[in-house]
Amino acid sequence: MKVGIVCPYSWDVPGGVQFHIRDLAEHLIRLGHEVSVLAPADDETPLPPYVVSAGRAVPVPYNGSVARLNFGFLSAARVRRWLHDGTFDVIHIHEPTSPSLGLLTCWAAQGPIVATFHTSNPRSRAMIAAYPILQPALEKISARIAVSEYARRTLVEHLGGDAVVIPNGVDVEFFARAEPKPEWQGQTIGFIGRIDEPRKGLPVLMRALPRIFAARPEARLLVAGRGDEEEAVASLPAELRSRVEFLGMVSDEDKARLLRSVDVYVAPNTGGESFGIILVEAMSAGAPVLASDLDAFAQVLDQGAAGDLFANEDADSLSDAAIRLLRDPGRREELRERGSKHVRRFDWSTVGADILSVYETVTDGAAAVATDERTGLRARFGLAKDKL
Amino acid sequence: MTSTLIWIAVGLFAIGLYLSWTAGRLDRLHARIDAARAALDAQLLRRASVTQEVATSGVLDPAASIVLYEAAHAARQAEEEHREVAESELSQALRAVFEDAGQVDAVREAPGGEGAATELAQAVRRVPMARRFHNDAVRAARALRRHRKVRWFRLAGHAPFPMAFEMDDVAPPVLADRPGT
Repeated sequence: MKVGIVCPYSWDVPGGVQFHIRDLAEHLIRLGHEVSVLAPADDETPLPPYVVSAGRAVPVPYNGSVARLNFGFLSAARVRRWLHDGTFDVIHIHEPTSPSLGLLTCWAAQGPIVATFHTSNPRSRAMIAAYPILQPALEKISARIAVSEYARRTLVEHLGGDAVVIPNGVDVEFFARAEPKPEWQGQTIGFIGRIDEPRKGLPVLMRALPRIFAARPEARLLVAGRGDEEEAVASLPAELRSRVEFLGMVSDEDKARLLRSVDVYVAPNTGGESFGIILVEAMSAGAPVLASDLDAFAQVLDQGAAGDLFANEDADSLSDAAIRLLRDPGRREELRERGSKHVRRFDWSTVGADILSVYETVTDGAAAVATDERTGLRARFGLAKDKL
Repeated sequence: MTSTLIWIAVGLFAIGLYLSWTAGRLDRLHARIDAARAALDAQLLRRASVTQEVATSGVLDPAASIVLYEAAHAARQAEEEHREVAESELSQALRAVFEDAGQVDAVREAPGGEGAATELAQAVRRVPMARRFHNDAVRAARALRRHRKVRWFRLAGHAPFPMAFEMDDVAPPVLADRPGT
């Protein structure tokens, strides 16, 4: 099958959507499919052979933060050329509502279009205003995928229609095979994520730490991620700061090893999550998971069966749960076992098969992807070359 | 005077352009429904065929075989207006027969059964998918067709008002071990 995948965000910047697309493309290529990914990228960045650059993304203030987006005539022309040269059986657009390549492709293409909705943003005023513009483009999507039941619900509420739920994929074996590092073992708590992004919840964990450290004298916290380390521990009493170790940005291998080593992985995120891939990675590595009870997290953790949940933003609830876990090796073993069993459904072999099912379902009754000539003026007056 | 006429002409032209574009949109939606319906039919037919194959293979006990065969046969033969009911009954029959995992294992162990079991699992997972995509297209078309501009200018032509396909498509849990799909 010839599959065209559209990535809305810059390929040079690491991010969840980009990783998902990279893994999906590589999984499909391994299965013998032809895959081309259209993504914004700087001209100097080295790209894998399956990625086609759609030009540089421009930083624009959008939706409360600075987003790097692609638009304008040049990008639109590149999208059309890619569609025309690719002769795809199906195209898979990610984040079709972001005003970037996804939306441009929706405008320019016709035929079987699959779209994955990753984020579950609450309805913004911009979205309501843009609804008449979005709707004609979104109407062309033949199959919608939401990454979680929660994302699906927001999608149904905001845009109407329906979607199938296919979770994000993880290479479970990669994490399960990683070698634990002895210096990261022994009553360790792990945290991975941007330090200076309050939504990732490190401040909540910092508030909970004094009680955890008081109850478990050997306990340590290992933090992996970018950000200002001084500022992160500023709220902590000075004598406890030595028990927090910052590892900075870690490689994929080290991330897997860290998750293999820790006794508890804590995800104190306070909101804005629609899936929680890190929880799946932690469970794949066999780390007992303790997460805030966000809708998305509760779903990934099977409503608390595959990992413990604490009340969101409640430092006391977090410290109680963490102390309980650190004290009880039996419970940790139980969570390890349940987690490892639970993550099988997030493995790429399962997720990839489901995504392929969607591709096959939409291509079943339809012609191949083509550029949409009907948007041209000539076509409207019957002057374009006969398309039937 | 002339300039007023020109403005009126420009206005009419713009309205015409907009209506033509909307008609194009609607046309595309109808094409999407047709494709989605064809895909749904294909999946339903596949499911009934595999079920019939399993039922006639003699792997399952006679009672289960008859239940499955009857339901699959009825689903394949159903007239358009009874289709939704017949397909729902096939879903119920599949759920009843494959309630315990032992039945699936029995099918898998039979010679050539591994393939049949995989195909059946695929079919029961794809029916809800295809149905969701179909009904999503129907919803989008209905929303546009209810709009004033479409009704007043009869942009939908003689195309019948699209109908959703409503049925019980819940798969047997042992065959479709997936969260929330």
